[in-house]
Amino acid sequence: MGINVEYFLNSLPIMGKGMLGIFIVTAVIVAVVYTLNAIPSKKQ
Amino acid sequence: MEVLLENIVAVDWRQVVMWIIGGVLIFLAIKKEMEPTLLLPMGFGAILINLPNSGAKEVIDRLFEVGIEKGELMPLILFIGIGAMIDFTPLLTNPKLMLFGAAAQFGIFFTMCMASLFGFELNDAASVGIIGAADGPTAIYVSGVLGSSYSAAIMVAAYSYMALVPIIQPPIIKLCTTKKERLIRMDNSGGKPVSRTTKILFPIVVTVIVGLVAPDAVALIGFLMFGNLIRECGVLNSLSETAQKVLANLITIFLGITIAARMRADEFLVWETLLIIGLGLFAFVFDTFAGVMLAKVMNLFSKKKINPMIGAAGISAFPMSARVVHKMGLQEDPQNFLLMHSIGVNVSGQIASVIAGGLILAFVK
Repeated sequence: MGINVEYFLNSLPIMGKGMLGIFIVTAVIVAVVYTLNAIPSKKQ
Repeated sequence: MEVLLENIVAVDWRQVVMWIIGGVLIFLAIKKEMEPTLLLPMGFGAILINLPNSGAKEVIDRLFEVGIEKGELMPLILFIGIGAMIDFTPLLTNPKLMLFGAAAQFGIFFTMCMASLFGFELNDAASVGIIGAADGPTAIYVSGVLGSSYSAAIMVAAYSYMALVPIIQPPIIKLCTTKKERLIRMDNSGGKPVSRTTKILFPIVVTVIVGLVAPDAVALIGFLMFGNLIRECGVLNSLSETAQKVLANLITIFLGITIAARMRADEFLVWETLLIIGLGLFAFVFDTFAGVMLAKVMNLFSKKKINPMIGAAGISAFPMSARVVHKMGLQEDPQNFLLMHSIGVNVSGQIASVIAGGLILAFVK
């Protein structure tokens, strides 16, 4: 085991996709929660 | 007499080192109260498994095979208990806090890249990165599914650093923030009350969303949210109580000693273990850094300023991280109460770490 630049470069796109994926999923959940919070208050 | 001496003579120096490591884990668990529920069984297991010709090996191997290797049953069942323990109300009151949970998973992915740079294969690098989830069951699950050969070192690092959050996070938070930023006060009025319907629908909706986007994470998030649904539905109080206490405790007892199956001297005493422990620290540092930085960026565009320290609570170590931020706020200004916000960010970190685990599986498996 030693420094492996090729492995590192191969993993960079996964980091990009992973962080993007987390923010997209989180944004969808946040939007849904705002909607859920709004529904009962409209009824009231 | 020869029979009695046979085993004593068979002791290998590496096994003695593992006894010492086991002893240290037990010491940290009892004396320092560092994650005692996991470190104590792991420490004892490390001694048990490293006795020469240990008769316990077969039993612990069997537990590992059934409980972790085939289907990761133990971490998943433990998630039901954890889900039943979590109150998502602070998060539901202020949903945008979830963004900090997302940002604070940066350490996972960055560490994965760094582990790759040090020559780890992608499955092992991703498993090392998941230490940054600051979430034991997720780390066990992901490293198990990815078939990492370093699962024991990953577990030891994950649980040790979770216990060390009060030591690791404050200097990083201070380095990333100014005194003025740490003094920012946030609205503590509590916002609108959250309806019971929202609390019930939340675990179902999150399971569906995550399941659609990252099917590999659905087992993790599903079991977590199932536990939370039991808690919030209001008609299964006795099940909720059982999940929170008896079920979680029972699984925890076996989980720690089962992980010890991978703490054999020949597998554990390798240079990679030290590297993994170092990279685990790196993951926690960059989780903290990313959470704080997102808050600082948001402050550039927001009228209502956010105390950037709460971003650091986006790691999944609950409730230690939230308490650390709250305590730091009080140290700067005795009237600055950040607990409600930091708890909201902290529970969002629990969801985000599971999503991160699922995405890692989706991209790496």
